[in-house]
Amino acid sequence: MADLANQPLLQVENLSVSYVTPTGTVHALKRVSFELGREKLGIVGESGSGKSTLGRAILKLIPRPGEVSADRMAFMGQDLMAMSKSQMRRVRGKQITMILQDPKFSLNPVMRAGDQILEALSIHGRIGRRDGRNRVMEILKAVRIRDPHRVYNAYVHELSGGMGQRVMTAMMVVTNPMLLIADEPTSALDVTVRMQVLAIIDDLVTQRGMGLIFISHDLNLVGSFCDRILIMYGGRIVESCRAADLNKVTHPYSRGLLDSLPSIEHPKPVLATLKRDPAWLEAP
Amino acid sequence: MAPAEPAKVLEVRNLHVVFGIGHHRVHAVRGVSFGVDKGECFGIVGESGSGKTTILRALCGLSPNWEGEILIDGRPAPRHPDRAFCRMVQIVFQDPYGSLHPRQTVDRCLREPLEIQGIGDRDTRIADTLQAVGLDRSFRYRYPHQLSGGQRQRVGIARALMLEPKLLFLDEPTSALDVSVQAEILNLLVRLRKERGFTYVLVTHDLSIISHMCDRLIVMNVGRVVEAMPVTALRERTPENPYTQQLLQASLGYDRAAVERYQTFD
Repeated sequence: MADLANQPLLQVENLSVSYVTPTGTVHALKRVSFELGREKLGIVGESGSGKSTLGRAILKLIPRPGEVSADRMAFMGQDLMAMSKSQMRRVRGKQITMILQDPKFSLNPVMRAGDQILEALSIHGRIGRRDGRNRVMEILKAVRIRDPHRVYNAYVHELSGGMGQRVMTAMMVVTNPMLLIADEPTSALDVTVRMQVLAIIDDLVTQRGMGLIFISHDLNLVGSFCDRILIMYGGRIVESCRAADLNKVTHPYSRGLLDSLPSIEHPKPVLATLKRDPAWLEAP
Repeated sequence: MAPAEPAKVLEVRNLHVVFGIGHHRVHAVRGVSFGVDKGECFGIVGESGSGKTTILRALCGLSPNWEGEILIDGRPAPRHPDRAFCRMVQIVFQDPYGSLHPRQTVDRCLREPLEIQGIGDRDTRIADTLQAVGLDRSFRYRYPHQLSGGQRQRVGIARALMLEPKLLFLDEPTSALDVSVQAEILNLLVRLRKERGFTYVLVTHDLSIISHMCDRLIVMNVGRVVEAMPVTALRERTPENPYTQQLLQASLGYDRAAVERYQTFD
């Protein structure tokens, strides 16, 4: 067990994703390598940087004609690349789960919220109806829903955005996963609700000793929420740093992103704009 | 040039907007009053459902079921926008993907207001406005799907500029854009205001944009103004209202301990 605790949760070496199209091959991810322990890892980048593709590639959720290749992609010592589809189905939703951006579009609109959580449970292990229902009530309380009975029986359109995102979080942690991938989980929410949902994710991840990959476009948020940050551009990781050192990043793209943010306390007359250098797309 | 007398370009007194009847009745804006000086950038901040966009829609005639008093340049605003009103007031919408006609070229989109108003010299005006928003000539005959998000928002701004209005309403102009593109659009808006002496009313949920752009602001919650203040109070973190304080705290970043202290305001 001691070995397992020290070993990283996830090891990714030279992960690439490409799409072959009639007009040429698009490289969505280019030889991405990183390791993840029991920590909160932020992945930041603009649209098209490959950050969501990275989250999906880890779960092998890249649809054809997309192609995934990696020298190594191991989760707790198991080789994800070598797994068959049915083996992958046992990992997905059980050991590695994913929270998506907008609960309105990612939850089933014609199924009660509680039943959806119960479904996640029953797919990954036999569970009686009463036990299942109790587990769902518990997890709804754990994501700080004050009235779990009402929410259990509610449909998505009857829930607010923050409530829906709590339901999705509940669904993703009810199977006790070791790794949670959150793809822009709070960008559709108001700031105060966003902070409350983040606090819930934070507590769950800390209490259960999980790893978290937090995908976001919001540098300040990731800087204050995560332990470590990877900054992506054009399908590559251009820089990685500790969250506390976010202000000391050196890559011109990372600097450009930081400088283009307006600040509440220290406004500048003119915001710096990013001059993109084609060289960033190439060598490290 | 000496600064002109600060005349109110826009005055709103006791504005109410109600949607629906019976138990579907939603009182979206509840007695909001404020005034905007000539040449200033005035911010309206609030979370979703606070009524900030509804105010903007009432002000520019897109939501005629309001009550109260709206004065634009000292004259009562028409409930349904007429031609003179459109030359005075224009709006830039939130979503650059949804607010341009997908089957009209940029040229067609910019030409329409000129045709309606019977303004001549159209080709030159379109070319000049495109240049002013930083789009070169090659964009003129493109369709919206051939433009990036930032370019589309530039077209949205160009469309608002075509009639040379005095008052521009900006409804979350950059919330659909990446931060680096957002910086370009905000710089463009700041530059245009400086060059042409526009008055802006900017609606957003993002306090950092308010701090960057505005002179004064009001903070809204469930249809009411909870606080009106100069932007310096925001920058120095000295708002008085507890709702504003909480909003500001949450906007400054994640702080686990602070989340415990959150209250609900209704």
